[in-house]
Amino acid sequence: MANLGPAYYSPYPTATYEGNITPPEGKALLLEEIVDEETAMREVAKQMLTRENATIFPGPQVLYAWNEEAQKKAKLIKEMAEVLGAKMIPMYDYRPKYPKIDAAVEINPNHPNLTIWHNDIKAAIFIGVHCHYANVALKIVRSETDCYTVGMCALSGHEDAMATIRDQHSEDLEKFIAIAKEVKAELGK
Amino acid sequence: MGLDIYKINPEFKDIMPREIIELEENATWSTKMNKPRGIKELPETKELLEEHSLCAGCPEAAALRYVLSALPKPEDTVIVNSTGCTSLMFPHIALHTVHSLFGNQNAVASGIKRVLEWRFPDTQKDVVVLAGDGATVDIGLDYTLQSFFRQEKITTICFDNEVYANTGGQESGMTAKGQVFKMAPTGKKFDKVPMWELATTSGCHYSINMTASAPKAVAKAVREAILIAREIGPTYINLYTPCILEIGLSANEGLGEMKDQDKDRFASYKHISPEAEAYLKKCKEEGLL
Repeated sequence: MANLGPAYYSPYPTATYEGNITPPEGKALLLEEIVDEETAMREVAKQMLTRENATIFPGPQVLYAWNEEAQKKAKLIKEMAEVLGAKMIPMYDYRPKYPKIDAAVEINPNHPNLTIWHNDIKAAIFIGVHCHYANVALKIVRSETDCYTVGMCALSGHEDAMATIRDQHSEDLEKFIAIAKEVKAELGK
Repeated sequence: MGLDIYKINPEFKDIMPREIIELEENATWSTKMNKPRGIKELPETKELLEEHSLCAGCPEAAALRYVLSALPKPEDTVIVNSTGCTSLMFPHIALHTVHSLFGNQNAVASGIKRVLEWRFPDTQKDVVVLAGDGATVDIGLDYTLQSFFRQEKITTICFDNEVYANTGGQESGMTAKGQVFKMAPTGKKFDKVPMWELATTSGCHYSINMTASAPKAVAKAVREAILIAREIGPTYINLYTPCILEIGLSANEGLGEMKDQDKDRFASYKHISPEAEAYLKKCKEEGLL
């Protein structure tokens, strides 16, 4: 059963084995439920605004200005972090970092739980992380921590995240920011 | 795209580690240089390999730095490597690297080169294979030679340490006759495979056998080999990078060993085909060398 926290989440079976698959186009996945995109955005905003040490992990696809869309997204992610009051920790590449990473300022997809434990992060958004590394990181986080993970994916989403919103391009991020502002006002923050 | 993938969005500059910002600002990318890159920049500029996890004093680590410093266009280079000591370093390089199955590196590189030519017809992309002697000459010999036969436009660099080093010291085809290792106690029974000669007869337009004792010479060979591979056909560099651990030397004795071998097993061998030679001449005139 999908639930939050390491006691319930084991890497084996993964979310797929439990019957959770990525949402169809126009929909989103909240734990094991397929919902409307807006519903998921509201829930994600609520989780990010209410859980401790909410953090955004931007990946290479948005950290580097390799095309116009990435540049637009960078501005929006910065705004998103401000609205959500979230910290940002970059996942700037996927090289293994030895002898160890500085968990206070960076996250390694191969040991993402270290950064989450170190900073006591209870909600996190992965955005701009290439799918195959996001899949690895999200599975580890899911099995090792009680962090509420969100996969904001430009492609088809990540079933191992507790919430996944798919096909997120710059205009969708604008929509999410607007919803986050509403939720923030509703919560009186 | 090229260098754009290293350009940090200004919104994230404040959260990026110093080493990544330095890579963007101070690395010797070809587009930032008004002259060809080379080892002379190594002491003053940001390296593409910040740190490595090889043994102290390992000549292979130094050789890799020379190779990286000599890439004509690192931002448009894909390095294909194989299992071995070198594969411990590749994850640390700030370039596109692909780890292939042991021995398969030249086959993988062939595919990558062909796809890049199709995908980026207007950009010159270099594909460089970097693998040890076990992968290049023993287990991967078929793939290596077949890529030469097919005239794939790739550069193959063999870090020849004459032993399977990171599995405990087994002899390889490149081990010298009579050499004893921990896991080859009776000594090698046959001669070292003359891979540089096989490369020549298999169709390489540039084949060289050398040690990594002279950084400038290594950088020159790498640059020439890559330029020829771009336009003419396959090139091969056999580079002696001794495993000081397996032959019982200290960390400061690697260079001496390479210098000794400059006059012995790695006495200079260089083959350039006539068309490659003509092309190099043109490159010199255009300031590419």
